[in-house]
Amino acid sequence: MRKSFLRRGFLPGFGMTMGYTIIYLSLLVLIPLSVLFLKATTMSWEQFVGTILDPRVIASIRVSILTSFFAACVNAVFGVLVAWVLTRYDFFGKRIIDGIVDLPFALPTAVGGIALTSIYAENGWIGQYLAEWGVKVAYTPIGIWVALTFIGLPFVVRTVQPVLQDWDLQMEEAAATLGATRFATFTRVILPHLLPAIITGFALAFARALGEYGSVVFISGNMPLKTEIVPLLIMTKLEQFDYAGATAIATVMLVASFVMLLLINYLQWRINKFDAAR
Amino acid sequence: MSIEVVNITKSYKNFTALENVNLHIPEGELVALLGPSGSGKTTLLRLIAGLEQAQQGSILFNGEDNTNRDVRERKVGFVFQHYALFRHMNIFDNIAFGLTVRSRKTRPSKEEIREKVHSLLRLVQLEGLAHRYPSQLSGGQRQRVALARALAVEPKFLLLDEPFGALDTKVRQELRRWLRHLHGKLGLTILFVTHDQEEAMELADRVVVMNEGRVEQVGSPEEIYLKPANPFVYSFLGRVNLFRGRIQNGRIKLGEAEFTAEQGVSEGPAIGYMRPHDAEVSLHPPQSAAATAVQAHIERITLLGPLVRLELRRLDTKEVFEAEMGRQRFLELLVEEGDVVYVTLNNLSIYVESELQSVPTPALTPVHVTV
Repeated sequence: MRKSFLRRGFLPGFGMTMGYTIIYLSLLVLIPLSVLFLKATTMSWEQFVGTILDPRVIASIRVSILTSFFAACVNAVFGVLVAWVLTRYDFFGKRIIDGIVDLPFALPTAVGGIALTSIYAENGWIGQYLAEWGVKVAYTPIGIWVALTFIGLPFVVRTVQPVLQDWDLQMEEAAATLGATRFATFTRVILPHLLPAIITGFALAFARALGEYGSVVFISGNMPLKTEIVPLLIMTKLEQFDYAGATAIATVMLVASFVMLLLINYLQWRINKFDAAR
Repeated sequence: MSIEVVNITKSYKNFTALENVNLHIPEGELVALLGPSGSGKTTLLRLIAGLEQAQQGSILFNGEDNTNRDVRERKVGFVFQHYALFRHMNIFDNIAFGLTVRSRKTRPSKEEIREKVHSLLRLVQLEGLAHRYPSQLSGGQRQRVALARALAVEPKFLLLDEPFGALDTKVRQELRRWLRHLHGKLGLTILFVTHDQEEAMELADRVVVMNEGRVEQVGSPEEIYLKPANPFVYSFLGRVNLFRGRIQNGRIKLGEAEFTAEQGVSEGPAIGYMRPHDAEVSLHPPQSAAATAVQAHIERITLLGPLVRLELRRLDTKEVFEAEMGRQRFLELLVEEGDVVYVTLNNLSIYVESELQSVPTPALTPVHVTV
């Protein structure tokens, strides 16, 4: 039975690597998170429900999920575009642009938040022109969305780029000889190939945005019921020494994120069946 | 549909892929573009398909100029060396692709498409695999799917780039026979690229031998094998022995062997080519008065199934050459390594360096030989 479960590869050491994987995941992820659940259970059910159903909490969950979702959507579209330009064309300064893509990873997010705020504020560089159009970015959900798009930028680029690099140009040529227009070639041949990578990038950007705190607090203005995100609310509770309340919100966020990532993974698996069929 | 290539020149940054190529491919023929890698044969195929643009020259289909027409409008069936199947589509969708991408006005109905795909699947003998994905098929099966996909759009003709290059010998044999059969059945013009002379000889009605961006010779397999236009074609189509010598006073001298040259041949250095199976090995000097035999030392004997190959060294010029014979003949001879034998040089092809020194590499012209 053990034999059929394990597939022998060239490198030995299934036992050891699996053991390390479990220890590693336990120490870093499972144990801390289960403590979170334990802490939340110190509350009674009524207290828990009361904390969660607080309008302020519900509003913040709504803001967090919506802004994160739209930010990830924007990144999914423009991330593909950036990856496309970086793999398909050779131009002066390509390396520099390639490096710039990673900046949101490297920069302390608070720095990004401050920079974005100063540019998008009503008297800022870009904000003043947007204000003429009646669009307010800083201190609105749009601002949160901009900040979350900023920090999620590298994910889609970096997941799609290797797929595009390995792309067989002959598939496009084959489509052309069969009479497909450029648009049909892109939508029916190239895009379906990129989709698994795009979804992975989307999921990563989305998950990252849900947990983002540093860059958002500056640009959002943190108005309860309007521009307050979940991580901020958790911080507020902690500052008021309401540990149980903070963990209750955290638990809900955790479950919600987990369910969403699970869904995305399922979608991924469905789309990937042409590869899994190997 | 016939294909006409007129004065095509194609060069990349630092080299010329095709130089002034002219070629006529008659309707309904199965034609091989044969040449070593880098000879420009794939470039020529891609130019005909419209996947590349030439700097000069034109391409005509049935007399109609297609030089500036887009790939999408040329309606040419192209099969890539590595198939280029759409990995995320099953076999059915792959074959149907050329039909389903048409604009709504020209697209056949779903029912018609299904019928068409199934008849093509029958044609390529892959019925029942419609719902598999390319990754689940073997190389030979993928190749046939690629063919069916190209045929689905009812192309004017088929272009195949090294169609059997990535397959093992046995599958290749099978597919060759199948393609020959398919060609007979459809009557379509098929042009394929190969570097394998055996494949070209076996499959094609007509072979185009290419080298360094030029067409060296066009002809039936028999023609190019028996009457190669120049040393390149001669040596590309099989094993060859090479002897150096001179033409003097109307006599061709290759070491001690002598032949009569035809009238009016210029004197000077000459090169003689001979296929290994044209070397006649015997233990005694031949009876005839003509000095067409040389003495040679057997250096090595190799058994190749029904054939035996002797590696020989001439005693007069020390040149090394090969002789091949049937197993029966070898057993009659009773020779072993180290023996000295007489070898008659039959069917020599003699080339002299031409006087036109401006002509590049194969500056050699054939000379008719009489013994």
